[in-house]
Amino acid sequence: MTEQTKPIVEIRNLYKSYQRESLVVPVLFDITFDIAAGEFLALMGPSGSGKTTLLNLIAGIDRADSGSIHVGDIDITTLTETELAAWRANSVGFIFQFYNLIPVLQAVENVELPLHLTVLTKKQRREHAQMALSMVGLAHRMDHYPGEMSGGEQQRVAIARAIVTDPTILVADEPTGDLDRVSAEEILSMMERLNRDMGKTIIMVTHDPRAAARARILRHLDKGYLNDAVGQNPL
Amino acid sequence: MLLAKILFRNAFHNKLRSSLTILGIAVAILAFGLLRTVISSFYAGVEAASASRLVTRNAISIIFPLPISYAGKIHQVEGVKTVSWGNWFGGIYIDEKNFFPNFCVEPVTYFSLYPEFVLDEKQKKDFLLDRKGAVVGRKLAAKYKWKIGDTITLKGTIYPGNWDFVLRGIYRGRDQTVDETQFFFQWTYLNEAVKKIAPVFADKAGFFMIGVNRPDIAADTAVRIDAIFKNSLAETLTETEKAFNLGFLAMAEAIVTAIQMVSFVIILIIMAVVANTMAMTTRERTGDYAIMKTLGFGAKDITLLIFGEALVLTMTGTFIGASLTFPAARIFAAELSTYFPIFLVSRTTLYLDLVAALLMAFSAAIIPARHAVRIRIADGLRRIG
Repeated sequence: MTEQTKPIVEIRNLYKSYQRESLVVPVLFDITFDIAAGEFLALMGPSGSGKTTLLNLIAGIDRADSGSIHVGDIDITTLTETELAAWRANSVGFIFQFYNLIPVLQAVENVELPLHLTVLTKKQRREHAQMALSMVGLAHRMDHYPGEMSGGEQQRVAIARAIVTDPTILVADEPTGDLDRVSAEEILSMMERLNRDMGKTIIMVTHDPRAAARARILRHLDKGYLNDAVGQNPL
Repeated sequence: MLLAKILFRNAFHNKLRSSLTILGIAVAILAFGLLRTVISSFYAGVEAASASRLVTRNAISIIFPLPISYAGKIHQVEGVKTVSWGNWFGGIYIDEKNFFPNFCVEPVTYFSLYPEFVLDEKQKKDFLLDRKGAVVGRKLAAKYKWKIGDTITLKGTIYPGNWDFVLRGIYRGRDQTVDETQFFFQWTYLNEAVKKIAPVFADKAGFFMIGVNRPDIAADTAVRIDAIFKNSLAETLTETEKAFNLGFLAMAEAIVTAIQMVSFVIILIIMAVVANTMAMTTRERTGDYAIMKTLGFGAKDITLLIFGEALVLTMTGTFIGASLTFPAARIFAAELSTYFPIFLVSRTTLYLDLVAALLMAFSAAIIPARHAVRIRIADGLRRIG
């Protein structure tokens, strides 16, 4: 493997189960795969297949039972909670189905939020946030609260928040799941541009074939197992 | 700074709930403040007592008088500077509900012992020259619209008959802690009348007020005074004015204790109300906190947000409640001046308000904060949608 093709994410023999009272519910079994830098990967599968769990593990917001996840040169399964939080702040941008903006903060303040964990000055934080909002076409909505915006606009704010720290990877969990078709197309186009023009590595969980069609690589999960077949988007 | 912005906006995000919670806190703090002020007013006499004044009474009970001849003997005791005396008169003005304390006193020495009763020199002179003269506190005069020269008739309960007095002076307190609802007249006036109607009760004093040279000799002086009258027909009990007043207060101790308990129960109830609000609000924001944790914010930040929000609510309510305590206390004092002549919101009450606010915030936030910090991010995110 050359330096150019070195994966940004390397997952090896990953297992995950949940404890539900006295019952142990296995969710993921022996997951092993790589994600190349600059890739746009769609993880697909039916409900309960473990795709969101896998995404959470890659993003460092959940813990695996065993196995390893290397992102860049760091095995995130060995990090403490504090180290993991700092790693997430620097390395991962999050896009969720329900946008997950803080309702009491304006759009620009929501985008600024992750920058409060950096060394940037107040002025620099505001400049970065304004730039990120301009990139998603919301320069005119900076002082609006989430409740004053449409679903599509809120998701664009969430994307601005995800990219404002210039993270190593972007993770998106059903990013179009709560949007109408037009807004969903806008969001997918935006993600496509982030991947194509800015080289962002995107890992997207979806069960929407239209959304998956925008990704370059498709992987399928079924009942906690990753199918060996790697789908290439013909587009 | 952003966290402060979030916690302030969170605190007032649900306007109806926040307003009702703040209203509840304000009412509780107001009730707490008033009850604490009632307790303080019970102790006002004790607080106002001078350390260099002693009270001598009959050792058996205060209802038994002492011979007036004791005054001269007490005066000869080492350390004694001034001796005055008086009797509880127990007169009623028109109706029993118009209660106010009324005493006959030896006027020259009594007012010299109480410099906190500020009396105009001319009025004092007029009072001393008039056997039927009376001096009353400013609040009492204002309450019954008495003016200098007015004739005031009290109906005697201990000493039967109608007793006419001419108002010769109106004293004011040196400061706010001085009782301005008392009524004084000359001991001689009562004694002369008693000589006619019941000579056996004449030349008796209900108590002796004694001024000592220095506060540090008060205890020894008291012992020396009581020693003089040991084994006499009327043994004495001498104590500091503070101890004497505390003795009176002991009779109402059960009431004071009950008021104290009620005041703390009010705080306990409002603690539960604020805890309920914080539990609801934190539960609603589980997703927000999960997002913040996802973005890299730590347990300290989440804890700060929850405790801060609770503190904003409780401090706002406390500020409103404490501010309302002052006008409420003024109304209370005006309406119940008969029972609570000194009804002032003390600094201690305000400190207790503050402590109560902090306790409310802490107790309301601790469990929600613990829950929000411990919940797994993935579980928190699942609550959204």
